[in-house]
Amino acid sequence: MARYLAGRIAGLVLILFTVCLFTYLIFFKLSPDPALLICGKTCTPERVTEIRTVLGIDKPFLTQFWDFLSGLIAGRDYGSGANSVHCPAPCLGYSFQTSQSVWEMVVDRLPVSATVAIGAAVLWLLAGITAGLLSAVKEGTWWDRSVMNLALGGASIPNYVLALALQYVLVVKLRILPFPSSVTFTDDPVLWFQSYLMPWIVLATGYACLYARLTRANVIDTLAENFMRTARSKGLSPVLTMRRHALRPALTPVTTIFGMDFAALLGGALITETVFGLDGVGKMAADSIAKNDQPVIMAVTLLAAFFVVVGNVLVDLLYTGLDPRVRIR
Amino acid sequence: MTTAIAHDAQAGPSVGAPGAPATAGRRILGVLLHDRAALFSAGFLALVLLMALCAPVISALTGHGPTAFDTAAIDVDAGGLPKGSLGGISADHLLGVEPLNGRDILARIAYGARVSFLIAASATVLTTLLGVVFGMLAGFYGGWVDQVVSRVMDFLMAFPALIFMIAILSSLPSGNRSLLLVVVISVFGWPYLARVVRGQTLTLVNRDFVEAARASGASTAALVFKEILPNLRSSLIVMTTLAVPGYIGTEAGLSFLGVGVSPPTPSWGQMIAGSVSWYAVDPMYFAIPGLFLFLTVLSLTVLGDRIRAATDAGEAA
Repeated sequence: MARYLAGRIAGLVLILFTVCLFTYLIFFKLSPDPALLICGKTCTPERVTEIRTVLGIDKPFLTQFWDFLSGLIAGRDYGSGANSVHCPAPCLGYSFQTSQSVWEMVVDRLPVSATVAIGAAVLWLLAGITAGLLSAVKEGTWWDRSVMNLALGGASIPNYVLALALQYVLVVKLRILPFPSSVTFTDDPVLWFQSYLMPWIVLATGYACLYARLTRANVIDTLAENFMRTARSKGLSPVLTMRRHALRPALTPVTTIFGMDFAALLGGALITETVFGLDGVGKMAADSIAKNDQPVIMAVTLLAAFFVVVGNVLVDLLYTGLDPRVRIR
Repeated sequence: MTTAIAHDAQAGPSVGAPGAPATAGRRILGVLLHDRAALFSAGFLALVLLMALCAPVISALTGHGPTAFDTAAIDVDAGGLPKGSLGGISADHLLGVEPLNGRDILARIAYGARVSFLIAASATVLTTLLGVVFGMLAGFYGGWVDQVVSRVMDFLMAFPALIFMIAILSSLPSGNRSLLLVVVISVFGWPYLARVVRGQTLTLVNRDFVEAARASGASTAALVFKEILPNLRSSLIVMTTLAVPGYIGTEAGLSFLGVGVSPPTPSWGQMIAGSVSWYAVDPMYFAIPGLFLFLTVLSLTVLGDRIRAATDAGEAA
């Protein structure tokens, strides 16, 4: 077990390092000079050189990359003397456009993204698994067919189309909900709920449809297994066979996929947050891409990769607990 | 050879579509012809494809190009809203006009369909090619080749693809955007296909008919193209038909976020993005491209789903 964990963590670090390297390389090679962007209208060649020195982008690629990595662990200083900027560890970079360390920006916005992700996850798990279970039990009936057709439809709506349609109907026409805003729960619980309800529904719809189909397929497969026949033939009631014998093996694959989907969402629901104007990590990514604020784009890419990779490892560990057939040596 | 595969498939249930190509294809077609949803989907897709192909003809007939302004259809006093109800739908503009500049929505939908289908189709071809080549390399040779390919796939799948696609596209010079979109979508798309191909190749390599061919002196190329590839056919068909709607959605999404096809070339995602500031006063401007996008993705998904069901049924039989 310890050896397995060590191996997984080494793999995790390796993947994150590669993501880092590639992201850095691509921005290093492709992007327009950030010094010019910062410099603005009253710019002189001397000023540009000065900014480049402060940012450290006058150095060769490997030195820059090393500075970035060591900054992650030990923090770093931009420039020297009186007007130097200190970026404490873990330093993901410093956004000179907003005069903030990127880490702070991310930490500020993470709660919004987490709220969006958790709420949506609760919704889609409830709806998707319930619908899938019922469909599997009633396989072949009109209920099964209509739910599965509905699921195909729901999975086909691009989320920004659904977002705009919902906003038009609920906010503009029926006036049931206000336009979403990033209020905190403690400020105004009712407005908080009303603000997040549409983002939750929009995000959850696509996932719920996929999960319904996945759950249905898995449950039907499990119901055909020999141990289920045994359970039925020893006289257990249908509800009991379902609860005691079928649910666990049928839902284990769903858990795996859920872990990865949820982890990916923590890195920011880019489109949903942007459409609803919620100040989460996703909207920050979209904004900084529009402004070409490189340190922020890098940080968000890394953060999202981090969540996905860590999520993968956690899911694999969880798997051994859920499915006794999987053993780690 | 065909008979050998058929026998083998009866013995082992898990992989590959058995039987001669003609009968399997005809059987699937037969199933689809009796499925109303599949027929509707195919009909709608045919309509959109026809619109895409005949986009210049449509423009010539209505007299409105995709980028031509029509200020006569716009009510300047109402802040640039289209004249008439329902977003300016009239005999002249069958699907209405865009607010502010009066561009014909029908023409833009038709030309936008060209962009969407072209990008989605090219991305599908490229991902399939990459997925099959790398998946089969990994599955066929195993060992360090498999290790390298698998690690690259892990890496690409761990990558936050959407954020990265947007970042790359926004920092690249906007030369040939369509080509860039295809490349970027394919680079992040192939591992999902390659994973399946690799898994199936791994099991196929050790099957008796492959062993037999190898023992009778077949070359590597013959093993790959005559023994293994034909058995991957049905999963490839299913995977690719289900991938196309995903790529159409991705292209529209990227254009929606402003990093896709650059204006004035119309694209559905871009039209929806343009309608964001107007949807409260001119809902049709948003509803029409939204509906086209939704129905296209839905039709492709339904078709893919039905083909998969038919193939699965064939494998179980």
